[in-house]
Amino acid sequence: MIISVASGKGGTGKTTVATNLACSLDTEVQILDCDVEEPNAHLFLDPEINSISTVNTAIPLIDETKCTYCRKCVEICRFNALTIVGETILTFSAMCHSCGGCMLVCPENAITESKREIGIIEHGQRGPLDFVHGRLRIGEAMSPPLIKQVRSFSNPAMTSIIDAPPGTSCPVIAAMKGVDFVLMVTEPTPFGLHDLRLAVEAVRTLGIPHGLVINRSDVGDDCVREYAAQQNLPILMEIPFKRSIAEAYSNGKLLVEVMPEWRDKFKMLFHKIENSLERGDDLS
Amino acid sequence: MRELVIISGKGGTGKTSLTAAFASLAENMLLCDADVDAADLHLLMNPTIQERYDFQAGNQAIIDPSLCCECGICHDLCHFDAISTDYQVDRLSCEGCGVCVDFCPVKAIDFPIKTCGEWFVSDTRFGPMVHARLGIAEENSGRLVSLIREESKKRAQDSKSSMIITDGPPGIGCPVISSITGATAVVIVAEPSVSGVHDMERVVELATNFRIPVMICVNKYDLNLKQTLAIENFARDKEIRFLGKISYNPVFTKAMIQGETIFEYKPDADVCQVVSEIWDSIITGPEVNNVSHLEFSFT
Repeated sequence: MIISVASGKGGTGKTTVATNLACSLDTEVQILDCDVEEPNAHLFLDPEINSISTVNTAIPLIDETKCTYCRKCVEICRFNALTIVGETILTFSAMCHSCGGCMLVCPENAITESKREIGIIEHGQRGPLDFVHGRLRIGEAMSPPLIKQVRSFSNPAMTSIIDAPPGTSCPVIAAMKGVDFVLMVTEPTPFGLHDLRLAVEAVRTLGIPHGLVINRSDVGDDCVREYAAQQNLPILMEIPFKRSIAEAYSNGKLLVEVMPEWRDKFKMLFHKIENSLERGDDLS
Repeated sequence: MRELVIISGKGGTGKTSLTAAFASLAENMLLCDADVDAADLHLLMNPTIQERYDFQAGNQAIIDPSLCCECGICHDLCHFDAISTDYQVDRLSCEGCGVCVDFCPVKAIDFPIKTCGEWFVSDTRFGPMVHARLGIAEENSGRLVSLIREESKKRAQDSKSSMIITDGPPGIGCPVISSITGATAVVIVAEPSVSGVHDMERVVELATNFRIPVMICVNKYDLNLKQTLAIENFARDKEIRFLGKISYNPVFTKAMIQGETIFEYKPDADVCQVVSEIWDSIITGPEVNNVSHLEFSFT
């Protein structure tokens, strides 16, 4: 089973929920940190990294001795990654989406594949927990190809927990598409509610069963609970605001380590997800 | 035109609440909400929309089944696994490269331009505001950010505003790069936690690579004094001006619930004093007043 932990708004507690859930289960678990722009799960899990791989994306390499400046590659490229200035062809590799169009269309076979590094993937263990995260290279704009690579480590024999990036656009979709369940983490404030609505729309677009965790559940107002009731969104867990919880978090400590009673609550959360999937509740 | 962008790396550190607070202190400014993915600034600004435009970007492949000869070329050539074996295009996977369109032997693939969202020019009680909403699950957030920043500059010139204050998105990827490229300076709102420090370091490196002057302030500093000190030390080591530290105060959430800035909700709160001092330090500092550094502009 693959569970993606997501939220529209940033800083609502995705990583807290993903890491603590991963460390509370008795089954074999892996955590895939897909918030590749700002991965944080490793700060709480302190995994031992066994392998590091570089992730590249294909870009065109043009042999100017063969190029006749016919402009076919410039014309097919919808991303403005190629341009001809006089008798020189320029490649803007940061704009390239690796569609391969330029290579297909070149009549002189002047274009071969080169690569641009988009980031790295680190794979390791924390005890029995399998750990994978992506780290986007600083200055790189495109995170979805790296997110897809992190997800390729998903092991069907394990429960995979994905820590998703914030927002509702392509990186989030890359971290949610095709998973079994999306756990949405929000806070009960107007910003939390507004961004939750967007996240719910995104999950419903994908047709994935989903449920809600309310973090810092005693700050703010009732707007999120009212919305959840109205939308038939199950509230699977609430985490109150406690200075002790905030301090443990700020020091990179897992909640289930500082307050072991939370382990059972996270187990319960997992059972609720399993049960609702078994019952086939129409949560999508 | 001076443009100050508020970013954080990590989400939820208080960017939007501080942007709104700065807007209420600034004179003659224009607001821009560049967090187009999950825009929240309008919840505090209650903008009156004056102009509304569709945001059109990119194209979407659509196969006409009555023309399709099921040769399989489009499926084989697509690098995004967007075309199924029964010749349906997955809207969420299609990146609009047009390779299938150009190579279809029977010209069965239509390629209409996509409407990916909308953008607005509004009035608020503090001045004009340019903001947007990206469609759910859409791409092109970077292009939408570039577009509203360009429009912000035009409108600011028209209204003779002296400064643009931009609420930026979290992260370090495409929309953040689009938000800060060519800006006068960035203010990073850091949170005193291991995550906050880690994420701040990455976004500082990004801004530095783009040669944009950086300032740092800490929000909720008293939740972890050790991490706050780590941020102050980091700023000193990198020769980044440290603007100040704001204590954890529920007044931010209470003001948000009222749709107000902290200065409207509780002007005598001690955080208001600190935030005003930070703002004075920003607008009188060298980062936004030193015009000698080059202004780049590209989209």
